[in-house]
Amino acid sequence: MTSTDARPTGNSMRRLAGWLDRHARVRLAMLLAAPMGWLVVAYLGSLTLLFLNAFWSRDPFTGQVVREFTPNNFVEILTNPLYRTVTLRTVAMAVAVTLTCAVIAFPIAYYMARVASSRTKGLLAVAVVMPLWASYLVKAYTWRLILSNDGVLNWLLSPLGLRGPGLGDNVIGLWLVFTYLWLPYMILPLYAGLERIPGSLLEASADLGGRGLTTFRRVIFPLVVPALVAGSIFTFSLTLGDYIAPSLVTTTQFIGNLIFLNFGVPDLPFAAALSIVPLVIVVVYLLVARRMGAFQAL
Amino acid sequence: MTIEGHTSTASRTDEAIHSRAPAELAVRLDGVTKHFGGDAGRRVAAATGAAAGEAVVAVDGIDLEIRDGEFFSMLGPSGSGKTTTLRMIAGFERPTTGRILLHGQDVTTVPPFERDVNTVFQDYALFPHMTVEDNVAYGLMVRKVPKAERAMRVRDALAMVRLDGYERRRPGHLSGGQRQRVALARALVNRPRVLLLDEPLGALDLKLREEMQIELKAIQQEVGITFIYVTHDQQEALTMSDRLAVFNRGRIEQVGTPADVYERPATRFVAGFVGTSNLLTGDTVRTVLGTGGTFTVRPEKIRLADPGFSHGPDEASATGTIREVVYLGPDTRYIVALDAGGELVVTQQNLETSSMEALSAKGRLVRLVWKRQHNLPVGEG
Ligand SMILES: Nc1ncnc2c1ncn2[C@@H]1O[C@H](COP(=O)(O)OP(=O)(O)O)[C@@H](O)[C@H]1O
Ligand SMILES: [Mg+2]
Repeated sequence: MTSTDARPTGNSMRRLAGWLDRHARVRLAMLLAAPMGWLVVAYLGSLTLLFLNAFWSRDPFTGQVVREFTPNNFVEILTNPLYRTVTLRTVAMAVAVTLTCAVIAFPIAYYMARVASSRTKGLLAVAVVMPLWASYLVKAYTWRLILSNDGVLNWLLSPLGLRGPGLGDNVIGLWLVFTYLWLPYMILPLYAGLERIPGSLLEASADLGGRGLTTFRRVIFPLVVPALVAGSIFTFSLTLGDYIAPSLVTTTQFIGNLIFLNFGVPDLPFAAALSIVPLVIVVVYLLVARRMGAFQAL
Repeated sequence: MTIEGHTSTASRTDEAIHSRAPAELAVRLDGVTKHFGGDAGRRVAAATGAAAGEAVVAVDGIDLEIRDGEFFSMLGPSGSGKTTTLRMIAGFERPTTGRILLHGQDVTTVPPFERDVNTVFQDYALFPHMTVEDNVAYGLMVRKVPKAERAMRVRDALAMVRLDGYERRRPGHLSGGQRQRVALARALVNRPRVLLLDEPLGALDLKLREEMQIELKAIQQEVGITFIYVTHDQQEALTMSDRLAVFNRGRIEQVGTPADVYERPATRFVAGFVGTSNLLTGDTVRTVLGTGGTFTVRPEKIRLADPGFSHGPDEASATGTIREVVYLGPDTRYIVALDAGGELVVTQQNLETSSMEALSAKGRLVRLVWKRQHNLPVGEG
């Protein structure tokens, strides 16, 4: 602001710029106004509506939503064994998918981070990210084709006298589909976590007498746990909330499609209450994950 | 453990070490070379028909013998192959050609976890998820040393580096100097026969560095094991070592005691790298000394005198102009342009000179005088 003798047109702008430069908070507020507004209205707003809805009810005769506070929806969810079974089944599926993703992702991420040449590394990174470019719906439908009775899987297995899980009411197909869909979300944080471990730590372990397996167990694995938990946040919560894949590849019910079935016509307040269930589970999961340092690893 | 009466490193001469009979070798390098990227370069070259040229020669035919129990330094500028040599001794790199022997045994292809050496890494490489105690105990735990003995040895090692009371801290909560000590304890607790240190004091500030130099030397004498110490700091190498090797471009230029290397530099490079070079070459030598060849004179051996001063028969002298004066506190450095050509650096203690007097000497005509015995002939290297 020393050159006040500059062109008169630029003067007021300069004055404003100088004033803003001295008032960092105002500057920050102006910068963040739009995104914060979006966050408050779109995210917190809809979440609040969801929460309110969960405590309303539906008049069974008129089908109208009655806007009066009642805990009935939650009482129903907690007492009706159907919902408990479906919740447990969904959580079990999320856990199974997360574990499977971790087991498959680890060697791939390890190879990418610590073994592959930089060229191979780039190619693998593209290969891992590529499926994310394709539409989720297309991929889910493709799996339907793969798993169906006269699909590719059975065609491949028939010479061996075997048959795939098929579509019906079993959940193995769904487990395969979820594992396929969310695998990149596990590989990427794991890869970043493994890449971040300084090579000198592994050398130090070898120097002190640690063989490959000891080094893995005592040094690599503990250091990569936060990244593993970070990846599991994705695989776990994505599985928990999904409703399209279950409805496409199995007739068995999961929380996602139960909510979907109650949406719109049947009972919106009940669907809202049901949505709170995965929400609470994910919040608990995130709290545990934070304790394990997962957010530093992201 | 150590030999009595060797408190000062500089006084410990080659003869003293020779007198230890028999002088057992801790480490021997036999024509060791190391190329990086060579295989890939050759493969690409074979495929494309182009000339292979990508390989970096990090270490270029080194023969070296390091005696048991000595404090041996590898001194040289950055990129001269010191770290690579150390890593080959530790087993992290395999030589492209040549052999490495530890206590007479060929370990060229032995993996690091089966070698009886330990390393103090330049970045310390402490395990961030373990406490100080667990870091130090790591080597013992891996080698299945019983718990009771483990605890005792860890306690002793931490006491030796004066870190008792820090057992439960994490490396992240320690200062640079403390981490350095943990790294040292973690290596020493295994009682290796050879300890490798790669610029272990590089990240410390000057004062701490000087303290640690003394402490490291004391620890080495206490435990009596061979230390191989990599540094690019000539002062450090001269003060700490029993013997040192001067590295340049993947080769060793000279091996000897600090006094050898400082007073009888084998090559022009050594003369320049260890101390200030002060080279007298070509015509200057003929004019000033009346002979041919190349000589070096250490800056502290030269006196400043009036231009008219007549020197003694055992002295050499040259006239010149003080081109630059650098005041260093305890002493002053004068850069003198010789009338016979070339420059000499002269350092003088500020015994009676004040900074004002010293700085006002710039531009003055002077005569430089030094004893002829301080003309050190330098090999052409
Ligand atoms: N892993 C490596 N790959 C390729 N070149 C390397 C590698 N390690 C060292 N070099 C090269 O070898 C030479 C010697 O390096 P180094 O042993 O680290 O020297 P110093 O420790 O004396 O500074 C340098 O030119 C360096 O670039
Ligand atoms: Mg180095």
